[in-house]
Amino acid sequence: MDPFRAIADLVAFTLLGLDHGTGTAEAVHFFVEDSLKIFVLLAIIVFVIGVFRSMLAPERVRRILGGRSRAFAFPAAVGLGAVTPFCSCSSVPLFIGFLEAGVPLGVTMAFLIASPMINEIAVILLATTLGIEFTLLYVATGLMVGLAGGIVIDRLRLEGWVEDYVWKIRMGEVHLAAGPSTLPERLEFAWRQVREIVGRLWPYVLGGIAIGAALHGYVPRDFLIEHAGSDNPLAVPLAVLAGIPLYSNATGVIPVAEALLGKGVPVGTVLALMMSIAALSLPEIIMLKKVIKAPLIATFVAILFAAFVAVGYLFNALYS
Amino acid sequence: MKEIKVLGGCCGNCDTVMRMIDDKAKALGAAISLEKVTDMAAIMGYGVMSTPGVVIDGKVVHAGGMPTPAAIEKWLAD
Repeated sequence: MDPFRAIADLVAFTLLGLDHGTGTAEAVHFFVEDSLKIFVLLAIIVFVIGVFRSMLAPERVRRILGGRSRAFAFPAAVGLGAVTPFCSCSSVPLFIGFLEAGVPLGVTMAFLIASPMINEIAVILLATTLGIEFTLLYVATGLMVGLAGGIVIDRLRLEGWVEDYVWKIRMGEVHLAAGPSTLPERLEFAWRQVREIVGRLWPYVLGGIAIGAALHGYVPRDFLIEHAGSDNPLAVPLAVLAGIPLYSNATGVIPVAEALLGKGVPVGTVLALMMSIAALSLPEIIMLKKVIKAPLIATFVAILFAAFVAVGYLFNALYS
Repeated sequence: MKEIKVLGGCCGNCDTVMRMIDDKAKALGAAISLEKVTDMAAIMGYGVMSTPGVVIDGKVVHAGGMPTPAAIEKWLAD
C-alpha cells in the first residue's frame, strides 16, 4: 500500500476518529496525503536535480538564442524555457537581456510563456500524481502554446510597443566562476537548492493542497459536473478567466487539478485552468508593464487566453 | 575598504543577502561600504540577469540565488 495513503488513513480515521465518507474525513485525508506526498517528492526531485545541476542560467540561454535564425530560435526558446528556472521577479531582466542580445521579441515572448508553465519539478510531480498520459498532454500543449504565442507576436511586428528605454540599455559581459564540481560540493549545492526552492514554493503548494482538499471533501460531484462538465460550453473560457487573478506556480496547481479530475471535471477544462494559473498572472502582467506598453500586454493576454481556450475545447472533444 | 553592491529588484532575497554580508563583515571586522542597486538599467549594465547579484569593487562575483556564508567570507577576506 501507498505509504502516504497509509499515514493519511491513520491520521484521518484512527487519530481523529473521522467517519469514512464524510466531507471532513475526505478533505483531511486528501490534505494529509497530498502534503506528505508532494513535499517529500518535491524535496527529492529538487535534490536530485541539484546534484546534476541540469538547470540552465538565463545568462547562458541568452547567449544560445542571440543572433540565431527564427527556425532555430523558436523551438529552442520554448525548449530552454521548459528547463530554465524562472520566477516572475526575473521576467523584466530576462526580457531586457534577451532583446539586448538580438533575440526577436516573438522568441522572447515564447520563452516567457513556456517557462512558468513547464519545469522539471512540475513534470515529475504531475507524472507521479496524475499519470504519464496527462503529463505528456500538459507538456506537449504547453510547448505548442509557447511556440504559437511567440510566432503570432512575431508576425504582428509589435516591437514598437516595447518601452523605448529598453532598447537603450546596454548589457555588460559577465564571467562567473564555474559552479560546484566535486561530489561534496554538488551535494551541498543540492541541499541548498532544496532549502531555497522548497522555502519559496511551500506557501503556494500548501495553498493548492488546501483548495484541492476543500474541493475534494466539500464540493459535490454533481455540482462540478453541472457547472464545469462537458455539457457547459462556457466552462472552458470561465476556467481560463478564473486562472488570471489566481497566481501560483505550476507545482501549486497540481493538487487542485488532481481534485478536479477526481470529481469528473473534463481533462481539457483542467488543463486550461492549470495553464492559465501558471502562465497568466496579475503579478507577471504588472512586472511586464515596466517594459512593454499596454497594447502589447493586451495582445499577450488575448493570445494566451485564446490558446488556453482552444486547448481546453480540443482535449474535451478528444477525451469525451 | 571594499565597495560592495547587491543587485536586485523585487524579491525579498536581496535584502537577505544585504543582511548576510553586513553581519559577516561585522563579525570579521572587515571595512566595507554596502549599497543596494535596484535600477534595472544599472543591474543589466553589469551583465546580470538573475538576481540577487553581488558586485565587489566593480566585479560581479555572484548572480542568481543565495550565496553561501562560506562564499561571503571568501569575498570579504580576499
